[in-house]
Amino acid sequence: MNVLWLQSAGCGGCTMSLLCAEAPNVFDTLGDGGVSFLWHPSFSEATGAEVLALLGALESGEIPLDALCFEGSVATGPRGSGRYHMLAGSGRAMLDWVRALAPRARHVVAVGTCAAYGGVTAAGGNPTGAMGLQWDGRQKGGVLEGGFVSRAGLPVINVAGCPTHPGWVTETLLMLADGTLGAQDLDGYGRPRFYADHLVHHGCSKNEYYEYKASARALCEIGCMMEHLGCVGTQAVGDCNTRPWNGQGSCTSGNYPCIACTAPEFEEPGHAFTQTPTIAGIPVGLPSDMPKAWFMALASLSKAATPKRIDVNAHSDRVRIAPAPRGQR
Amino acid sequence: MTRKLLVGPFNRVEGDLEIQLTVEDGRVSAARANSPLFRGFEMMLQGKPPSDALTLTPRICGICSVSQSKAAALALGDALGAWMLPQGALAAAILHGVENLCDHLTHFALFFMPDFARPVYAGRGWHDRAVSRFTATRGAALRPIVEARAQLFHIVGLLGGKWPHTLAIQPTGVTRAPDARDRIRIQTTLRAARRVIERELFGAAAEPFAALQTVAALESWPGGDAALFNEISADLRLDTLGVGPRRYLSCGAYPLDSGRVTASGVWENGAVSAFDPAAVQEDLSHAWMLGDAAHPAQGATVPDEDMAGPAYSWCKAPRLAGRTVEVGALARQAVDGHPLAVALASEGSVRARIGGRLLEVARLLTWLDRWAAALEPSARFMGDAPATADGAGAGLVEAARGTLGHWLRIERGVIASYQIVAPTTWNFSPRDAGGVPGPVEAALVGCPVGDAESTPVAVQHVVRSFDPCMVCTVH
Repeated sequence: MNVLWLQSAGCGGCTMSLLCAEAPNVFDTLGDGGVSFLWHPSFSEATGAEVLALLGALESGEIPLDALCFEGSVATGPRGSGRYHMLAGSGRAMLDWVRALAPRARHVVAVGTCAAYGGVTAAGGNPTGAMGLQWDGRQKGGVLEGGFVSRAGLPVINVAGCPTHPGWVTETLLMLADGTLGAQDLDGYGRPRFYADHLVHHGCSKNEYYEYKASARALCEIGCMMEHLGCVGTQAVGDCNTRPWNGQGSCTSGNYPCIACTAPEFEEPGHAFTQTPTIAGIPVGLPSDMPKAWFMALASLSKAATPKRIDVNAHSDRVRIAPAPRGQR
Repeated sequence: MTRKLLVGPFNRVEGDLEIQLTVEDGRVSAARANSPLFRGFEMMLQGKPPSDALTLTPRICGICSVSQSKAAALALGDALGAWMLPQGALAAAILHGVENLCDHLTHFALFFMPDFARPVYAGRGWHDRAVSRFTATRGAALRPIVEARAQLFHIVGLLGGKWPHTLAIQPTGVTRAPDARDRIRIQTTLRAARRVIERELFGAAAEPFAALQTVAALESWPGGDAALFNEISADLRLDTLGVGPRRYLSCGAYPLDSGRVTASGVWENGAVSAFDPAAVQEDLSHAWMLGDAAHPAQGATVPDEDMAGPAYSWCKAPRLAGRTVEVGALARQAVDGHPLAVALASEGSVRARIGGRLLEVARLLTWLDRWAAALEPSARFMGDAPATADGAGAGLVEAARGTLGHWLRIERGVIASYQIVAPTTWNFSPRDAGGVPGPVEAALVGCPVGDAESTPVAVQHVVRSFDPCMVCTVH
């Protein structure tokens, strides 16, 4: 499966994250699985005129395109011209290029939340009119039509995340090359279900604190961050805590909140990222599939039952009281 | 004979880049660097809670994300009267040092060296080795370096949750207090990475490389890809190619309790003078921006939707006391007074920039070892979060590619103004009102261009020697 990778209105961080693929390294992971790059902006030799010739041959269909991977959102401004990103050397807006190339591709993969939904580039009033390929935030219809399907019959595959986990990208591409990723394998926002069927909450190292609503009040405390510090790991899709990042990491194990970076419009939560908004003292945004009254009842019970060990540790920067082994209590 | 060339998309840099060249009699007579992407982070941040800068600004750049994060944390701290606890600053230095080290590795193996494997150099004495080591995506040097880089980022995973886009660095320290086991893991990862870097890059221990005093000693360095680069450089005369302004700025890298690890200053003609951040001004005459030249604390970002001439880039043109400066590893090491870097700074060439970066790789390995050993797992790593108050502040750090500054103003509890000057904003700035070209534009003048070349290879060497990060440049 050949891949053309283009970058536009994003930070390049999804490629930088991809280069962190391990066991084996990114080149072997993809190469051994039959994924080859026609061109990638960060590691291909071809530059300038060589690339423009390739893009022309892909646009005309002279070279068949198996997968178009697109990283970054597409700037549609100013005034719908897309001129906030003219692809260098080409005299054409990236907006124009993506609309020309996407219909040629067997598969179109949006790499990262920017490419999927607009992402951070669409934050704060969206100064450049940034959109995702097939989505504009939660609305279907981005720079491609809402009903777009690629030559293989799939919508844009949204490997959302800010950044994306290298495993999400490599496994999506390997499944496409293997012919084992179909429409039924994508969720309602076009995300591969192999990681979107999980919640960041699953396997979170703070689960014991969550059970008792033993809540951290500052980012250096190790308690649960849902009640005060903006953590939405109970609602955010991603296998971040069961398949860690960069060896052993995750946002919550780094002691800062999950901000649901795999979700459309995560960039505009309507409040400070690290602060949980409350209504009458009750945090908004409780787990989405649990009746609120039940949640409140269980939370007040468990809070009342919080062991001293958990209460003290939740408000410390490390474990102050160790669990006492059986026989030493 | 005069001809014009438009070079792009210019890859193996971070982000998109277009260079316009005027070529006369086989040499570049004028160059214009266009940063073709505008996103408007400075506009997005207005009206946001100040702490949101810590989430949003790292996402300016996927390759210097920790640098952006740290600049934001320092700027917020400056505005709110808060500072990092000593051990928090140390942990932040480790996070930042790992990113800078990894960026240098990425640049050397993935971005810069693959150009020497191009067929245009077939027949040169070193070409077969360049092909075998550095052919893009396939060369033998790429895999161990990419793997070492991925493993080094385990340190960021451990201390900072993930890379890029950690939220671990805060104005008063870092969110996660490492324990004794974390400290040992960090040291173990550093030792493993050192083994690969020493074997591949230096062919020897890093310390003797870090101790090189003269250009002659660098040129006779016998081992690793550093020696291969020397051989290529001598053959292609990279010591005379792409000479920059030879005026260098560094704000000093890695603020610790004991001060910054490298010196702050402006290097010119062998002398270092103090860096006065008040002397920074961003000129808009050739940027698609509306407004007048201003210091970043008073500056604004208003894009010109008409993209009217004579502007030709979204990049503003920062000047220090009205003049261009080059930033980066070479600048940092020269300002710090390292004898080899000082000698290379006078040369100011493609070779000098690569030499400066290799020197910094060697020095960083030692610094990271020292910082990891100094972690005290019983200490506090983050102080109380400062109360939001109105105020103004600046955060200056040294990203891999050079001096990065954030300037913000908080009014009525929200961000009223946020301005960013990134390393590549300095290096790839367009002309200013006086018509003075930016550093890379000037460095390209005189560059040889073959009659049949449409994407001149020497131009590629010069541009990539700066290790530009175009997504930071305009932000």
